[in-house]
Amino acid sequence: MKKAKATIDYKNAVITTRGLTKTFDDNAVLKGVDLDLYQGENLVVLGRSGTGKSVLIKIISGLLKPDKGEVKVFGTEITGIKENELQEIRIRIGFSFQNSALYDSMTVRKNLEFPLVRNRKKLSRPEIDTAVEEVLEAVGLSQTINQMPAELSGGQRKRIGIARTLILKPEIMLYDEPTAGLDPITCIEINELINEVQEKYHTSSIIITHDLTCAKTTGDRIAMLLDGKFEREGTFEDVFKTDDEKVKPFFDYNFIQ
Amino acid sequence: MTTGNNALPELQTKTESSFKRWLTGIFISLYKVYQFISRFFREVFFPPYEFKEVLKQCYEVGVRSLLLISLTGFIVGVIFTKQSRPSLSEFGATSWLPSLVSIAILRALAPLVTALIAAGKVGSSIGAELGSMRVTEQIDAMEVSGTKPFKFLVCTRVIATSLTVPVLAMYTGFVALIGGYLNVSQNEGTSYTTYMEQVFEPLVFVDFWSSLAKSILFGFTIGIVGCYQGYNSSKGTEGVGKAANAAVVTAMFLVFIEEVIIVQIFGWFR
Repeated sequence: MKKAKATIDYKNAVITTRGLTKTFDDNAVLKGVDLDLYQGENLVVLGRSGTGKSVLIKIISGLLKPDKGEVKVFGTEITGIKENELQEIRIRIGFSFQNSALYDSMTVRKNLEFPLVRNRKKLSRPEIDTAVEEVLEAVGLSQTINQMPAELSGGQRKRIGIARTLILKPEIMLYDEPTAGLDPITCIEINELINEVQEKYHTSSIIITHDLTCAKTTGDRIAMLLDGKFEREGTFEDVFKTDDEKVKPFFDYNFIQ
Repeated sequence: MTTGNNALPELQTKTESSFKRWLTGIFISLYKVYQFISRFFREVFFPPYEFKEVLKQCYEVGVRSLLLISLTGFIVGVIFTKQSRPSLSEFGATSWLPSLVSIAILRALAPLVTALIAAGKVGSSIGAELGSMRVTEQIDAMEVSGTKPFKFLVCTRVIATSLTVPVLAMYTGFVALIGGYLNVSQNEGTSYTTYMEQVFEPLVFVDFWSSLAKSILFGFTIGIVGCYQGYNSSKGTEGVGKAANAAVVTAMFLVFIEEVIIVQIFGWFR
C-alpha cells in the first residue's frame, strides 16, 4: 500500500532537541543531537545498533535524563520538570516498545484498559469497552480481546502494543524498532499500520529502525544517526544518494545490491 | 614489573582503594534503600488507591504460602513439644509443657517461622516478578503511559505482605498449638480444654502486641526488600535471578535482626 501524502505543519515543531548528550560509563552515545519533529510528520531515525537511537526516544519520553542539552515536547522543556507535569505530557505521547512490553499477567483487554482507566477516570464501563473495541479493530485484532500476551504471535504482540498506546489518542507516537524480529509479510502489515495511525489519528511520529523498507514506506523524512550526531537528513532518496562508506552498507545490505 | 620491595605498598594501596569503593557502594545502596522506602510512604497515603490490586496481592501472598505454612507450623508444634518433654520430665514438670509451648510458639516461633517461609516463597516471587517486568520494559511501559507503576506494583505488594504476614503468623501459631496438643494428649492424655487453658494462662497482653508488631514489620520488610530488588534489577535474565535471590537473603537477614531488636524492646515492657 502506498503511503498517502501527509499534511505536515513545518511551522509547528512538536519535539525539539538541542545539543543532547548522553554517556553511559565511558561510552558517549549521543554527542549533541539536534532534532525537530514537525506536526503530522513521520520522522525515521536510522543508525547502527548501539548508536543511541532508542536512548534518544527514551530521553524524549522522560525515561532517561540527558547529561546535557534541551528537550522540548509541545514547547515544554521536560528535563527537570515535576513528575505530575511530565505525566501530563506523557499521556499525549504513545511509546511502542521493541519487544511490545505487554503486561504478561493481564489479558489483552486488561492491557488496553490499564492506561485508560487510570488516565480517564470519568469514563463509564460501556465507554471503556467501546474504546477497547475501537483500538482493537483499528489494529485488526478484535478476536484476541480475551487472550493472554503469551498466546499471541510476535506481530500480534506488536499490534496490541500499538493499540495500547492508541487508546489514549496520543498526538506523538514513538516507535522503537517496530519491525524487528518479524517476518517480511508481518513487517509490511506493521508498516501499513504505522501509516494508517498517522492518517487516522493525525499523529507525529519518530520511528527508530534499521529496516530500510520500513524507513522508505513510513518516513516523510529520514535522519541518520552516526557517531552520536545526525549526519544526514532528508528524503529517503536524498539520504542514500551518496558513496559515503558509513551510509552505503545500509542500503546495499537491505536491498541486496 | 613489580619488585619485591614495592609490592607490599602497592597491594596496600589497592586494598585501601577497593575497601573505599566497597564502603562507598554500601553507603550508596543504603541511601537508595532510604529513598525507596521514603517514596513508598510518600505515595501510599495519597490517591489514586489500587484497592483491587491490594486484594489480589493479599490473596496471592496468603494462598501461595498457606500449604507450606500449615505443614511447617504443625511440624514445629509437634517437634518442639516432643523435644521439650525429656528436659521437663527430669524435673517432673511435664504439666508445664502447654505453657512452655505457648510462650515459645506465640511469642517467637510463629512470627519468625512465618516470616522466613514468606521471605522464601513470597519475597523471591516478588523479586523475580518485578525483575522480569523491569527487564522486559513493562515497568517503563507503565511509566510512559502516564500511570504510576510504583503505586501499582510496589505499594500494593508491600501493603499486602504487611497485612497478610500477621494473619499467616496467627494461623501458624494456631496450627503449631494443635500440633503440640496432639503430642501432649497422646502422652499425657490432657483434654483439649485443659490444654488450651494452660496454653493461654502464662500469656500477657504484651505478648499479643509484640507478636503482632513483629509480624507487621516482618511483612513490611519482606515486601519492601522484594520490591526494591525487583524494581531496581539490572538488565538481563541474570538480573532477575539475582533480584529473586537477593530478595530472599536480605529479607531473612533483616528479619533475624528485627527479631532481636523487638525482643529487647518488648522485654522492657514485661
